Amino acid sequence: MRREPAQTLGDYTPLLFPAAMLTIFFVVPFGTMIAVSFFQRQQGGFYTPAFVYDNYARFLSAFFGGVLGFSLMLAIAVAVCCVVLALPFTYLLTRMARSVQVLWLVALLSVLSLSEVIIGFAWSTLFSRTAGITNILVALGLMGEAQALTPSFGAVLTGMVYQAFPYTVLVLFPALVRLDPTLTEAARTLGASPLKAFFTVVVPALRNTIVATLIMVFIFALGSYLLPQLLGRPQHWTLSVLITDQAIYQSNMPFAAAMAVFLVLVTLGLVALTVIAGRKGEAA
Amino acid sequence: MKINSIKRRTLLGAGLAGASMLAMPAVLRAQDRSLKVGVYGGYFKDSFDKNIFPEFTKATGISVESVAEPTGEAWLVQLEQAARAGQAPADLSMMSQVAMLKGQATDLWTPIDMAKIKDASNLLDRFINKYPDGRVAGVGAVSWYITLVTNTNVYKEPPTSWEALWDPANADKLGLLALVSNSFLLEVTAKTFMGGTNALDTEEGILKAFEKLAEVKPNVRLWYRDEAQFEQALKSGEIPMGQYYHDVTGLAAADGHPVRSTFPKEGGIQDSGCWALSRASQKVEEAHVFIDYMCQPAIQATLSRKVGTAPTVKRESTDLTDKEFAAVSSDIEPIIPRYDLYQTKSDWLNQKWTELIVG
Repeated sequence: MRREPAQTLGDYTPLLFPAAMLTIFFVVPFGTMIAVSFFQRQQGGFYTPAFVYDNYARFLSAFFGGVLGFSLMLAIAVAVCCVVLALPFTYLLTRMARSVQVLWLVALLSVLSLSEVIIGFAWSTLFSRTAGITNILVALGLMGEAQALTPSFGAVLTGMVYQAFPYTVLVLFPALVRLDPTLTEAARTLGASPLKAFFTVVVPALRNTIVATLIMVFIFALGSYLLPQLLGRPQHWTLSVLITDQAIYQSNMPFAAAMAVFLVLVTLGLVALTVIAGRKGEAA
Repeated sequence: MKINSIKRRTLLGAGLAGASMLAMPAVLRAQDRSLKVGVYGGYFKDSFDKNIFPEFTKATGISVESVAEPTGEAWLVQLEQAARAGQAPADLSMMSQVAMLKGQATDLWTPIDMAKIKDASNLLDRFINKYPDGRVAGVGAVSWYITLVTNTNVYKEPPTSWEALWDPANADKLGLLALVSNSFLLEVTAKTFMGGTNALDTEEGILKAFEKLAEVKPNVRLWYRDEAQFEQALKSGEIPMGQYYHDVTGLAAADGHPVRSTFPKEGGIQDSGCWALSRASQKVEEAHVFIDYMCQPAIQATLSRKVGTAPTVKRESTDLTDKEFAAVSSDIEPIIPRYDLYQTKSDWLNQKWTELIVG
């Protein structure tokens, strides 16, 4: 089938619906947020329309810089963990029988149906001293005394990886299914071990997919605000937690909006850098 | 060409249909006597649903739809945003004092006509919240205490003083409220170590209190925003000590959970909730009937017995026995939060506080 280039204005009508949706549900709210971020905060009240830079000025401090740095670091750690775990898993999954694949995918999809709250509370129970997994280790004689594994950085990371893992698998799955099996067969025929074939053939062939997946999980993890609160100490709170604090509890919408705008800009910047670096790597 | 014109017409029709659908809620407004009342979710709302609202409907014929509101100022923000759009997610809401003051700043609360509240004379003055110009912004609904709570399995003996929070023996055992404006820990610090909350009059005094409060940090396992999170951990003994609501802890203890609430010798923190009417609400008449009903000494006594809150009317006007009164309140002079600070210095306090616990 050949694609006809658009001839008349009417040919663009199918685009109207997505464009309208994007405008209503993305452009307008985001524009409102940018506008609010310049509004004047009324302490002890709400805000009044104005054009001031105060909200951005307050954000530019070592304290918020530290929180932003931690949030980015956490999101990168989650993205890397997810891809490192999900890539071999998905690769092996695509080599399994159809029925087994369906079973795994259904199980993973059911994890997606869990809310962040349930995941958070479940993990905080699993990591607790009174009812957690360390009790099993004690029963097995592997540990002397049950201890609490939460709140800690490890707990936050585990919870967030658990939450993002199904997305990662679902994004990698189509690419891995489409991967030509003759590539690995050729590598094997030429004497590569299965492990070597995986790293020298499968991984490079999927480079773009892997980078795209990393970016997706990174952005997904950056927005997390509940799990760091439920499973971490205050020093593990992400910028999203502080944004929520300002918006919900301090009724300081302008400052919350300014922080959110900043977070979006930094995210877009990092994604752009990754894409540019990817292109350069390809050209070389 | 023909196909295109049909498409455009369909699109126009769809647009019109969409626009009229958006306008509909404003056209339809139920005329029956009803009232949406916001109360804190969980135990609190359950007790109101069971013990208070049905009786009110029986007495007045006004049906009540209860709305679970989150604690802290989350609900204030929602009411404020909704009022800007002319909507009221609840007509009347139970609001804390800090939220009342913040709402006053934007005229969020419809003034209450005290002439319509028959039992107004019984109300204690400090529970009537007024605008600076004297209009009544809210009328005391209930008052409650935040006290020192412990798990009875872990602590055989109850603690006697707020100093227990600073005790190195309690390392990593405390659950405290995560916000400066709902934990009132600055006031606790001032009352326990600095001779009273007047010490917070100056910025130097506040900074000193922050410094003292920083010593608590190693003892804190959980800074909670969500009550359920701490309540669960307290019951299981996972986090065996902390600050929590006296009423809810009493209800949990009555259900057989190993928890207790203690009034420290420096006093419990007394906070109160007002009934406040959103300016977007159309149910001004019904709201006054409801407030009037809730101010009756008999209803206040029922609240003390069933919900565990302290009355906002004079104690003599109720028929509470000494024992019943002691269960919901204490003769020890309470720590009264410095609400004024959370209005005049809210951003500064919030910034210092966040740096204290996150840094």
